[in-house]
Amino acid sequence: MKGRGAWTATIAVLMFFAGYAALFIAPDERTMHELMRIFYFHLSCWVAMFCALTLGFVANIAWLATGKPKWDWLGVASVELGVVCCTGGLITGVLWGRPAWGIWWTWDARLTTTFILWLLYISYLLLRGLIEDPQRRASLSAIFGIFAFLDTPLVYASNRLWRTQHPAPVIMGGPDSGLDAMMGKVLIICIISVVAMTVGVLIDRYRLERLRHELDELRLSAELRSADSHTVLTKGLP
Amino acid sequence: MGRAATQGRCLPRFAPKPDMTTARATAIVLTKELRMEFRARELLSTTVVFALVVVVLFSFAFDPTAGESRRYGPGLLWIAFLFSGSLMLNPSFAREQSNQTLDALRMAPVSPFAILLGKMLANLIFMAISEAILVPVFAVLYNISIAGILGRLAGVLLLGTIGLVVTGTVFSAIAAHARMRELLMPLLLLPILAPLLIAAVEATASLFAEQPALDLAWLAFLAGFDIVFLTASWLLSDFLLEE
Repeated sequence: MKGRGAWTATIAVLMFFAGYAALFIAPDERTMHELMRIFYFHLSCWVAMFCALTLGFVANIAWLATGKPKWDWLGVASVELGVVCCTGGLITGVLWGRPAWGIWWTWDARLTTTFILWLLYISYLLLRGLIEDPQRRASLSAIFGIFAFLDTPLVYASNRLWRTQHPAPVIMGGPDSGLDAMMGKVLIICIISVVAMTVGVLIDRYRLERLRHELDELRLSAELRSADSHTVLTKGLP
Repeated sequence: MGRAATQGRCLPRFAPKPDMTTARATAIVLTKELRMEFRARELLSTTVVFALVVVVLFSFAFDPTAGESRRYGPGLLWIAFLFSGSLMLNPSFAREQSNQTLDALRMAPVSPFAILLGKMLANLIFMAISEAILVPVFAVLYNISIAGILGRLAGVLLLGTIGLVVTGTVFSAIAAHARMRELLMPLLLLPILAPLLIAAVEATASLFAEQPALDLAWLAFLAGFDIVFLTASWLLSDFLLEE
């Protein structure tokens, strides 16, 4: 808990600087002009979401392999943060789509994939809320998490084969692609700060889950103790 | 193989044999599921009627002329299968809960995958029967000729249904332990099936066209979906059915 204040302050400074850089430092874009500026956060959300969900996938497998509760806490914390980042990415995307494409939403491969992904992980969180037994909740939601993660490339591939409208990858996409050097720097700052913020919240969420677990344990042991003393009392009677 | 290993040991007469092969255990679970269903016949009849209701309701959502049916028919058919599948697969494990029979199944000295596979095969048979009833009715109602494409259509239906049944049976085991499982089941299952729906609808549409020509790319995609999730459920079956 000690470094928490410093960590929060660092993230706050980073986020502030990233916002400033995206709005004022980054140069004007040739075709999209000011509209481009949302892209710095749009892409950062996806990077953070990808990190969080991959971490969740690893945590799900690790829980099934080891049975250590910490992996379950990490699993739920990462999926929750993944859903938050996904929501952020979807909203920035919709806001960008309206002026750029003239429509809020289109059923393109990447958009559809993300939407399905979002639904899948919302279902994961719902599923966790509906299973009482902690052990079982951890195992079953881990299995569902693994299925959801495996499904994602399939959703993407099927939509890609079917129809697509999303701009082709700008960075590392083809010979003509690539970003202006300053844009690249701003983008990296934005990605780092959004990922740092996600990590910060993720750590807090993980701690919350651990505290919940400890509370459950304490409550259970208190119940057992009172049950025990009750038995002792009744046994002591003639 | 396992049989030879235990031959030397003296087993109590009534103890279950620990050397039962997965194939045999699967066959036993499958027989049990089929026997249960053909005695009660509640699952199949409700599924078929539900799918019929969906098919009929769709006729109000668009004008069922031949041209329109060719455009919307494949999607309609698969939505009907997916919806009825998500309802039909739910009791697969849920009905083991009411008398704690799942615990008895788990105690059997067989690999958990055998239990899962037996139920998957039983569900595959139930889905196949409902589809065999539904497809001709659909063809009649929506004026689509399926005479020349029966074999290829059966292939598409089989590959699509395997994917539906594999994921659906696993999720039935997951949802069985949750509250509101009837509502949860479609919620878990239908988004996962999005790629399957696209591939199955496109493959079926290629058959419903004026000149039917099966799109093999989508058929391969369906096979890939089946393999990915069958492998995943094989690897995860121990955890899925653990106590």
